[in-house]
Order: sequence, then C-alpha cells, then structure tokens
Amino acid sequence: MEKKLGCATRDAYGQALAELGKQDARIIVLDADLATSTRTSAFAKLFPERFINVGISEANMVGIAGGLASSGKIPFISSFACFLTCKAYDQLRMAVALPHLNVKVVTSHGGISVGEDGSSQQSIEDVALMTSLPGFSVMIPSDGHVTRMLVREAAFREGPMYIRTGRPKAPIVHTPTTPVAIGKGIPVRKGSDVAIVANGLLVFEALLAAEELAKEGISASVIDCHTVKPLDEELLVSQARTVGAVVTAEEHQIWGGLGAAVSQLLARVCPVPMEFVAIRDTYAGSGKPEELFRKYGLTASDIVQAARRATKRKK
Amino acid sequence: MSAPLSLPVPQLPEVARDLRKEVIRMLAKAGSGHPGGSLSSADLMTCLFFHEMKYDPANPRWAERDRLVLSKGHGCPILYAAMAKAGYFPMEQLQTLRELDSPLQGHPDQRFLPGLEASTGSLGQGLSVAAGIALAGRFDKRDYWTYCLMSDGETEEGQTWEAAAFAGFHRLDRLIAIVDYNKFQLDGAIKDILDMEPFLAKWESFRWHAQEINGHSIPEILEAIATAKAEKGRPHVLIAHTVKGKGVSFMENNNYFHGVAPTAEEAEAALKELDGDSSLSRALVAAGKLKKGSK
Repeated sequence: MEKKLGCATRDAYGQALAELGKQDARIIVLDADLATSTRTSAFAKLFPERFINVGISEANMVGIAGGLASSGKIPFISSFACFLTCKAYDQLRMAVALPHLNVKVVTSHGGISVGEDGSSQQSIEDVALMTSLPGFSVMIPSDGHVTRMLVREAAFREGPMYIRTGRPKAPIVHTPTTPVAIGKGIPVRKGSDVAIVANGLLVFEALLAAEELAKEGISASVIDCHTVKPLDEELLVSQARTVGAVVTAEEHQIWGGLGAAVSQLLARVCPVPMEFVAIRDTYAGSGKPEELFRKYGLTASDIVQAARRATKRKK
Repeated sequence: MSAPLSLPVPQLPEVARDLRKEVIRMLAKAGSGHPGGSLSSADLMTCLFFHEMKYDPANPRWAERDRLVLSKGHGCPILYAAMAKAGYFPMEQLQTLRELDSPLQGHPDQRFLPGLEASTGSLGQGLSVAAGIALAGRFDKRDYWTYCLMSDGETEEGQTWEAAAFAGFHRLDRLIAIVDYNKFQLDGAIKDILDMEPFLAKWESFRWHAQEINGHSIPEILEAIATAKAEKGRPHVLIAHTVKGKGVSFMENNNYFHGVAPTAEEAEAALKELDGDSSLSRALVAAGKLKKGSK
C-alpha cells in the first residue's frame, strides 16, 4: 500500500463548508478563536456575514448554536476536539442533545496526531463523551473524501452530529467516487480470517497491517467504520460471522470508543474473539505523530500483532 | 398578533396573585419543587405574559412571537402557571407537575412542552441560548424581542459573563435579560457565598444598558421594559430587586423554601394568605412548626 498523502481532514472540512455556504443561507458557522486551525476560516472568507468568531468561549458558543438551531438555522460550530467536547460538555448536553437540536459540531485536532503541542491539546476522550449524549451521531473520517461527504450529508440531515477531524495530512485511502453515507461502514479490503475495523488515521494503518498479515498467510479484511454512532450493525455483524475474529483500531482512549461500541454490538449478536488497538488509559505527550503512534501502540505493527492474537483465539 | 392577554395594568396584581396561588397548589400536589424563586418571579412573569410579550398559544412556534428563555429553570412552576393562564394548555394540567410523562417536567424540557424556548436547569446557560435566538432574529430581520429570566445566583457561573460580553459586543439590542435578584441561592445568602456586587456596574462594563428596579412593582417593571425597548444599540438588563418567597409571609426570605414544597398545612395557610387572610400563617409561625433555612 503506497502512502499517498492527501489533505488533512480539517482542510476538507473547510472546503466542504465553503461549498455548503453557497448552497444554503441557513448555514451559520461559529468558531472560538481557532478558525485558522479548524479551517472554518475558509467559510469566513467567503461568507463573513454568516461567520461569527465568538472569542475564546466554547460554552457560550454552544449555547448560541442552540438558540440559532431552535430558530431554524443550521449552525456548524468548531474548535479543537478537546476544548469543545470537554469544556462545553454540559452545554452540548443541555443546549443541543437534550432538546435534540440541529447543531453540527465539527472539531479539529482529534487524537494524538496533534503531535508536538502535547497532551492538553490532544483529544482522546471525545468519542466516549459524544457517543454518550443521546441522539448524537458521531463520526471520525479517515481522509479528505470521506470528510467532505460526511460534512455535506450532515448539513442537510436533521439532528445533532459530531465530526472529528485531524491536524496532519491524511493518507488517501478512498477514491473520489467511493460512496460514503453516515452510519454506513466502507469495506476497503476483502479478507477471510480476521476483520480490522478502524476509523480516522488508523484506516491507513489497518491497510498496511493487512498487507503484512497477507505475507504470513492471514487474510484480513478492512472496514472504514467512520461512524461510531449509529454503528453499521449489519455490515459489522456479517463481517464477524464471515471471518470469525475482529480487531478494532482507533486514535482514542480504549474506554468508550470504537472498540467499545463494536464489542458491545458483537457481544450481543455474534460474539467472536476481539482485540483492541487504542490508547490504553493514559495521556500521551509531545512528539512527532508517528513517534507518538509508535509509543502509544497505534501503528500497523500493533494491528498486525492484535490480528495474530485474535485469529489464534478462533476455535 | 399582539399579546392575546394584554391586560389593563390595574388587573395585573390580581393576575400575579392568581399565579402565586397556582404555584403553591401545584408544588403542594407535586410534593417537591422550588417555591421561593417562583414566588419572587411572579410579578416579572405576569408583566411579560400579560402585558409585554406577543405570542399565540394556538401556534407556539409562530415566527414573529416574542421569546422567553427561563434560564433559572428551577423557577418553572411560575412559568407553567403563566403559560396555562395564557392558554397554552388547560389549567388542570398544572396539577401534573413533575409526574411521569407530564409536559410539566421538574425543570423545563422542550421535548415535553414545545411552547418552551429552551431546556434549562443547569444554571448559567440560558443567556447564551437567548443570545443565539436574538442573533437569529437579526439574521432573519425579524423584530421579535428575546427575554431571558435569570436568577441572581446563576450569574456566579462564568458562562453568564461570556454571554454578556458577546451580547454587549454584538449590540444585541432586542435582548432583554431580567435578573430576579432575590439575594439567596440554595446554600444561603449570595452576599455570604459569592457576592456579585457591584452588580449594575458589572453589566454596564459589559456594554449593557442596565436598570435597577423593584421587581414587585408592576409599574416599575413595565416602565423599565419600555425604557429598554426605546434604547438602541445595547442589550438590556433589568436588575429586579425581589424577595424570595414573596407573597407568603412565612416563605419570604426563608431559604428553607428554596427547594422544598409546602406541606398541605403550609399550602392551605399560604393560599389563605394570598387571599388576604393571614390568620393561618400566623398560627403556623406561633406553633413553631416552620422550618427555617440558612440565612
């Protein structure tokens, strides 16, 4: 698998927003002084009258978005994943989730691939937080194409939604014509011994891992499970039934992320041996993204080892 | 449509009294809830619903309606009483307060009562939502007013001041915040816990048009709202000095009744007193049966 870097998923978000702004005047974009980083600046340039930088006040931004949404607007609100979900969690609960309002929460700088800025800037809890808010859809796109498609669909689909984008350039894992839909996993590679279910940057790592595993005679399928909630139950269950072992891989704390969601589903419907590639109940720190991926166990090699363990446990 | 129940000013005190009685009845029936902050807001709520706001109970989402966000969600009994009297739902429904599946949830919940403008109950958040609603009105070039009824205690929350800074900076002059300044929060007197004085100066320094009024004087409330509406370019705040538990002598400034519903006996005395006969209230006090809250 050749590594071809595309744009960062945050860049794709900015581009998608700029296009959406032309289509619908109900779209209002709010940012809390990180517009240059989250790429909402792309929208701000084109539609300054519909862009509001609320200043460094995430809680207030979420409340305002609730008021806008209840008045018929389609607010997109952005900041770093850690700040928006952690600082304004009660506001997301009260002003968005509880009244089930049409607010689109799109964050950047998800995961530890933020890199050198260190642990305070790295969101490893956002999926756990956001999936636990009733009614929220939660997504982590893997590349620019998936991001653009999810953002477009989110804009015109009623309901509260969370999309996490990332800081670094993302390897291209899909073609520009790959179908993408909220709640539908994308089968990226076929396999018969183990299924690797990944999202975000870990989809590319999963594809590298599948190549390695093939050399050992282990045939691994790869699913881009960009939507953690609602999960693509049909696809995941049919994969688990067919191959009989599952590895999840995500740039998130092991508690409450993709692995937790998939295992909850499979435990209920189709229990199979499972292994989890995720951050193991710790905060990371400064370093280059690839160094951090190595240190915290998020590389293709970690997925390979997990897949070996999972396949061995098959009866 | 103007306010369907825009009543003559001389009738408003009677309406306020009726709303207070409904608050007592519904809380006694429910057996839990927050009497003190509902009674302190009664005159403010009366002025909003029966003189100032335009709305249509038959069409709660009418685009031109004035909006009220009850940021002090625990004060919802007085809001429900006003909404019932205004015709949003039958008066009898007030007796279902806090019951399973009732539209009248323990704190305001839009999923159960669509006439509400916000779901509240986590303090300090309503002003941001109200700012968002006012902002939407500006985008849509509508001339509705957005009101936000807040508690004094919740201004201790930092988000209040994020919202205040935002509304001041963006000159949201169709936003009118009203602080029910009854001087108490759950655990005691505000001045002892986290005094927010100088309060008026704080709002003014956040670029608000601020007025200080007696929150139980209907003429003062109406005049202050009129003054607010005439002043352009700044959001408005009415700092309404009130008495917690106002209208029932043994609840006034007795913070025990912040979050405890009256017993049947207390409710009977309170209702009688609101009808002008305080003999039962005096007897309750004399019998030494009443609990006292922290001062």
